Amino acid sequence: MNYATTENPADWKLPSARKLGILTLILAESALFTIFVVAYLFYTGKSLNGPYPNEVLEFPLLGTIALFSSSGTIFMAERCLHAGNKPGFSLWWGITAALGIYFLYFTGSEWYHLILEKNLTIATNTFGTTFYSLVGLHAFHVIVGVLLLLGILISALRGRLHPDHTEHVQAISYYWHFVDCIWIVVLTVVYILSVRVPQ
Amino acid sequence: MLRSFISGFATTVRLLLTAFILISSALLPAVAAQPETDIHRLADIFQPQSRPAELILEPTYLVLLICFGIFAVVVAVLVYVLIKFRPRGPQDHLEEPPQVYGSYNIEMAWTVIPCLIVFVLVLVSSRSIVEIQDQPMPEDAIKVRLIGHQWWWEVQYPDLGIITANEIHVPVSSKNGPPRPTHLILESADVIHSFWVPQLAGKTDLVPNRVNHTWVEPYKTGVFLGNCAEYCGTQHANMLLRVIVQTPEDFEKWVANQKQLPTEPQDALAIQGKKDFYALSCVNCHKIDASPAEGVFGPDLTKFAVRQTLGAGVALNTPENLHDWLLNPDSLKPGCYMPDMKLSPQQLSSIVAYLQTLK
Amino acid sequence: MAQEIIIEENYRMPAPVHVGDEKGSLTRVIQQLVFTVDHKKLGLMYIAAGLLFFVIAGLLAGLMRIQLAFPNNHFLPPDVFNQSFTMHGTTMVFLVGMPMAFGFANYLVPLMIGARDMAFPRLNAFGFWVFFFSGLLLYFSYVGAPGLFAAGSAPDVGWFAYSPLTTKAFSRGHSTDYWTLSLLLGGIGSVATALNILVTVFCMRCPGMTLGRLPIFVWCMVVLAFLVILALPCLSACQIMISLDRYFGAKFFDTQAGGDAVLWQHFFWIFGHPEVYILIMPAFAITSEVIPVFSRKPIFGYPIMVAAVVAIAFISLGVWAHHMFSVGMVSLANAFFVTSTLLVSVPTGIKIFNWLATMYGGKLRFELPLIFCIAFLFQFLIAGLTGVMLAVAPFDWQLSDSYFVVAHFHYILIGGLLFTIFAGIYYWYPKAFGKLLNHKLGLWHFWLFAIGFHITFLPQHFLGFLGMPRRIYTYQSDRGWDEMNLLSTIGVAIQAAGILFFVYNLIYSYFWGKKSGDDPWDAWTLEWATTSPPPEYNFAKFPVVKSRRPLWDAKHPEDPDWKHE
Repeated sequence: MNYATTENPADWKLPSARKLGILTLILAESALFTIFVVAYLFYTGKSLNGPYPNEVLEFPLLGTIALFSSSGTIFMAERCLHAGNKPGFSLWWGITAALGIYFLYFTGSEWYHLILEKNLTIATNTFGTTFYSLVGLHAFHVIVGVLLLLGILISALRGRLHPDHTEHVQAISYYWHFVDCIWIVVLTVVYILSVRVPQ
Repeated sequence: MLRSFISGFATTVRLLLTAFILISSALLPAVAAQPETDIHRLADIFQPQSRPAELILEPTYLVLLICFGIFAVVVAVLVYVLIKFRPRGPQDHLEEPPQVYGSYNIEMAWTVIPCLIVFVLVLVSSRSIVEIQDQPMPEDAIKVRLIGHQWWWEVQYPDLGIITANEIHVPVSSKNGPPRPTHLILESADVIHSFWVPQLAGKTDLVPNRVNHTWVEPYKTGVFLGNCAEYCGTQHANMLLRVIVQTPEDFEKWVANQKQLPTEPQDALAIQGKKDFYALSCVNCHKIDASPAEGVFGPDLTKFAVRQTLGAGVALNTPENLHDWLLNPDSLKPGCYMPDMKLSPQQLSSIVAYLQTLK
Repeated sequence: MAQEIIIEENYRMPAPVHVGDEKGSLTRVIQQLVFTVDHKKLGLMYIAAGLLFFVIAGLLAGLMRIQLAFPNNHFLPPDVFNQSFTMHGTTMVFLVGMPMAFGFANYLVPLMIGARDMAFPRLNAFGFWVFFFSGLLLYFSYVGAPGLFAAGSAPDVGWFAYSPLTTKAFSRGHSTDYWTLSLLLGGIGSVATALNILVTVFCMRCPGMTLGRLPIFVWCMVVLAFLVILALPCLSACQIMISLDRYFGAKFFDTQAGGDAVLWQHFFWIFGHPEVYILIMPAFAITSEVIPVFSRKPIFGYPIMVAAVVAIAFISLGVWAHHMFSVGMVSLANAFFVTSTLLVSVPTGIKIFNWLATMYGGKLRFELPLIFCIAFLFQFLIAGLTGVMLAVAPFDWQLSDSYFVVAHFHYILIGGLLFTIFAGIYYWYPKAFGKLLNHKLGLWHFWLFAIGFHITFLPQHFLGFLGMPRRIYTYQSDRGWDEMNLLSTIGVAIQAAGILFFVYNLIYSYFWGKKSGDDPWDAWTLEWATTSPPPEYNFAKFPVVKSRRPLWDAKHPEDPDWKHE
């Protein structure tokens, strides 16, 4: 990518600053999430009192389908933009944002039931603490992602977006895929592993 | 040969250190200290008086030797370079020296040799860690349960049924004959503290919601001084500890005395003090065996008069200091949790007299 | 992009725009500073802010040393002393060390790689102002955070704030929250700037500047930025967790509810140990530029120097629990961290040897940058060796949390980092302001500060040997600690005198210093190819480089570096 094999400066090529920037940000966020995941794993099985994960957690099927699909739809949107298909881009991009909003609604309603019906809050026990902080941190990142998506959508609907912006849009889509990957980790650690640990 | 070299080096370090301390103490006026017998005042890690502290010195001397060696070599090279390649006059700067970019062989040498040194140190340290940390305790080891509080030490002997504060009594062990270690079980009632009596052992933390273990095996009788070594709040500095190593006979005498109830007060002032003590809210924080005082927030006072210090070492246990302490604990230990009980002068003298009977 | 090589011997830049040349009033100057996105101005602002906080934290240290000069002293009450060491440590690490690193990186990295500015100039400004406000927030605690008698106003929990001392039960009032929030904010700024540095170096190099031709200064800053990206979010996680504990009743560190006190230590030191390598990276960076220039030789073993600094960064991610040897981990865990800690000393030692080898066979010029770097070599050697001693866990069981550790890290941070910061300032001040710093004043600064530094910190090793723990506001007189504490305090006064000479030199030379010209030191990296101070656009045409020392190639066309690399 960066070479000067001849002495001709015209051959000088450097990586894209936007891409490297967003990847670096993703690296920093990964470090942040790692600590919360480690805290969750550390406290698995160590709560002094209930409720416990196997008692109150249900596998978040619909929310997960929505979030995973949104990675597909955002990819479709990028393809449209690259091909110059602006209405196609707005459509797919809008669906992505909608799926993200649905995921947030789904998480919110899960928390509503956990807090009001199952009596699990962040202060109940170490499970509650680590659950709400990890899932909450992820949801916060989804909120930020949705805001970014809506910002781009508004630009697109006002006709300000064109194929030159492929890289800008790609940076945001990297972030969105990252949020999705974090969800895979949270899903595994919280909804698959910890519900199987005896208390 | 290496052993004698290391021990010769160790002795040299000790001698130099002692000389330095003696000279500096002689040069400056010493503050008149309270006359106390048998106290080992210099908590010098190079004067271990207990087996774990001795075991720590083995890898210590090796690493000191290696580090001094490296220091000597590198500083010699540095000094040589500074002298040999210094500027030699006003024309010197006109020509640049030969431009050397590196040398594979030299780089190899000063990569491989440090790696070997690291390898040796890892092996020696690991062996030492296991030897100290995983030392099995014999069946007859005295068990002491040390519980850290802000800012005092609760000392329990669970097998002997004794509770005291701020002083740990242990029997001396002999180098010839079966070892007699004391096993310390470390817990905390509030924040993290650390047990550190340098001449007896390395430090181990007292962590809430966790049980840690350490041990001492002292070879010399006397009083060894220690500090809390993990910042634990306002009076961390005055959370002092004394380990009193006694002959087996003296230790048994102390245990027997601790198990007995305190003597009844004989003179009128002390009897009045006992009444005052039970009437006031002292009983909410302090415990005295076989009395209405059953508080566990503060130190157990059953055998208070036998202890050497008060306030976890902030002052010696004399009637004058006790009077000042009860008048206003904050004046001796600002920020400590014992409140000013607003005692009248009569209550002060009577309670001081009563506490002095708790032998 | 440039089409021809522009580094010619007689090339002259057009008339530059000097800092402060803007016509108009003080208001205009302040406006320019507040709204600037120029990496040079921001770099100087970082360094100025760092120096300001350095003086404040230094005063706190002076107060503490006065309190400790005599046993049973009553100069500072315990709560003020405890606030002082907390604020001293927190300030020096987060408001002096890191801003200095970012300041040097900001000013020099774009110049050294032949770029026009950093990759994201507005993010750069954001990073600076967030840092600056986080510092103000921390110090606002002195007035804004009244607590109960034990909690005090400024935070008093130590700079690493172990739980459960920081939980609501033991840290009443809001002083701890000022610590938490200030660092959370500062962490965001640090990650932003680190991201900027990384992207700049990878994406904005001038033609021919392959990664293998980067100045070692730039490599060290890349490694620094990489460590910041990985480590600061761990600190942010800690701050979020303790805030959730304190305000939402979370149970991360609530030991009564099953929380684990040691978990904080793990998470904090996973940040904290890379942090201290972040702090020392500028020292490595500056020394690697100064020593070659003042020995008139290239750095000895460039590839291995780069490999060593990268190795240090990676290994440093795996040594954190050597701060926790006394916490009661199982022996296998202790042995593991002994191993990783000892391993990190190998690349560190290699660097010292390489710097010595650079000087060997050269023609030394005893200018102030080199003088400070020589002191750095001596002091960093001592500090590194005491680090090797502390890596041996049994030794650490005696000496951690004692004055031996205090001596160790002050030898690293003052003897290592601060001395090289001085070296860097003496070296690059002419570039930034067009004037040389005064040599005589500099020598006064050096000798007073060096002598005072050793008088203060050398005895502290022995205080550790004699059992003096750290963070105690007073001590009794029968422990044998009296004389060395007094000596330590006397050294502080001598250091302060040295700093006064330094500050005077900075101001005096700005107005009456000798003009330096573009390249007063006859150096070889790209920042010397432009004027002093550089124009806002840095280079009129992008340089094209063929080796690690482009100006050497320009000055020595008969024996250019690219024939030998």
